[in-house]
Amino acid sequence: MAIIGNPKYKERIQSHLAKYETKRSAVMPLLFIAQEEYGWVNPEGIDEVAHILNMDPTQVKSIAGFYTMYSEKPKGKYWLQVCTDLPCALKGADEFHAWLKDELGVEEGGTSADGMFTVDHVMCLAACDKAPMLQCNFRYVEELDQEKMRELLAKWRGEAVQAANGRN
Amino acid sequence: MHILLRGREIANIKQLKVYEAHDGFAGLRKALAVKPSEVIDIVKASGLRGRGGAGFPTGVKWSFIPQNEPIKYVTVNADESETGTFKDREIMEENPYQLIEGSLICAYAIQAKSIYIYLRGEFWDIGDQLDACIEALREKGYVGKNILGSGYDCEVYTHLGAGAYICGEESALLNSLEGYLGQPRVRPPFPAQKGGGLYKEATVVNNVETLANVPYILTAGAEAFKAIGTEQSSGTKIYCVSGHVKKPGNYELSMGTTFRELLYDHAGGPLFDDRPFKAMLPSGGSGPIVPLTDEVLDTPMSYEDAERIGTIIGSASIIIMDETVDMTWVASKVTKFFKHESCGKCTPCREGTYWLDKVIDRILDGRGSPDDVKRIADVAENMAGTTLCALGDFAANPIIHTIRHFPDDFAQHVQT
Repeated sequence: MAIIGNPKYKERIQSHLAKYETKRSAVMPLLFIAQEEYGWVNPEGIDEVAHILNMDPTQVKSIAGFYTMYSEKPKGKYWLQVCTDLPCALKGADEFHAWLKDELGVEEGGTSADGMFTVDHVMCLAACDKAPMLQCNFRYVEELDQEKMRELLAKWRGEAVQAANGRN
Repeated sequence: MHILLRGREIANIKQLKVYEAHDGFAGLRKALAVKPSEVIDIVKASGLRGRGGAGFPTGVKWSFIPQNEPIKYVTVNADESETGTFKDREIMEENPYQLIEGSLICAYAIQAKSIYIYLRGEFWDIGDQLDACIEALREKGYVGKNILGSGYDCEVYTHLGAGAYICGEESALLNSLEGYLGQPRVRPPFPAQKGGGLYKEATVVNNVETLANVPYILTAGAEAFKAIGTEQSSGTKIYCVSGHVKKPGNYELSMGTTFRELLYDHAGGPLFDDRPFKAMLPSGGSGPIVPLTDEVLDTPMSYEDAERIGTIIGSASIIIMDETVDMTWVASKVTKFFKHESCGKCTPCREGTYWLDKVIDRILDGRGSPDDVKRIADVAENMAGTTLCALGDFAANPIIHTIRHFPDDFAQHVQT
């Protein structure tokens, strides 16, 4: 695994480097690429991004730590981030968030025993008229209730099993 | 009438040929036919004010850019992160070309070299759509070298944030775009000045909704735009309604429409018929909360009228709470937001939000004293006006104004 020399990312990295006046400006898009490759922003990814941009790895790590969308530890296959900010909370998001953790048997920020789901909460995602809502691997899922969520969890589990079988 | 949310009336306006068929890029053509300074004069005359929250006159902002500087930039603030705001998302999802056209008109007016659209990271799919739009526009000569044969060159790029409210603050946004921590800068120099903008060049930073208004101003004329709304608040505004109403959503209405018309005629009134409205945050978490009295309901939604009732229109993210909601809990929710989003640069905001949260938790837990209520008011008052950016003031607002308007909600939690 690597992002440097990986044909999958070559063109994207080049286009990001081309659109800014400085190399350093590309640190955010490159961190997203590192996260895509490794599943989280790991030390290898940090070093590679630093190398490409002629930055110190510590500087790259400080950027990764500042923003909530970069994960500094491994996550489950599906990262569920429930918005519990005020407008969603007025529509029952706190209760929904607590129920979801219960349903999956996880603590805040924890991952289910099968490695499938990580649950935490986030601030406003600009979907306040569709509360409660969450993002699953950065894809919005809106107007949720327990029944709809149970169906989604079953569907995602099924997809993960299918993907695993497909590889075998 | 929809100037911005035209996707609701015109099917497929997000397709270039449909957008073109409905006056698309007529505004840009008009702009390119006159001198850049004339474009600025038209936008000034329209009375358009910044829709991101501050309400600063847009044409005046553009006129601050020094004309003799060789390199200038436009940065579109699409970081939409204010609690309760979801309007820029709809503009970009349903009417993306209008935003790009408005940005190009702004770029021409200040003679910018390129445009960067800074999107909150969660809007990556909108970013993909905008990238596709930009490519389609490049093929037809609207973007790139010699735009529509005018001799003017301009590039358009998208950039994704990665989850940080503070990057909606213009100087933090510029730092983030340059690959530094998204923390506010010391001003002056301001972004419009040499040394203060993107890559130290003079830069206009405008909100999505602001720029999406500009094509209409060029095609219909400044007078037509000024005829909509009130004396000091021209045009329409997208009001994002959330919380305890029957029909939450975006409503684009003339500025000066009353809160009552918005909340009852459009948003359907209280979510539960037996639970009347209690309070409203008219500008997300950052503006002062107000009780939803008849006087407030009959107030026109404009910059000047909101001020009269002790609050702001800001980004017009209108969060409605009914009588079952405890305002101490609201203060706690909003404080947790600002504690999480404080960038940590200025001590009053970093430490203040931390301690406010700790003491409110104690109050909500039933372990607080009446002195604790005075304490948080005191901390909040000492945060306001002491930080590099407005986040410190925003974080003080929910405390100061909930205690002012709803003292009983706090008193019920503390032993005397």
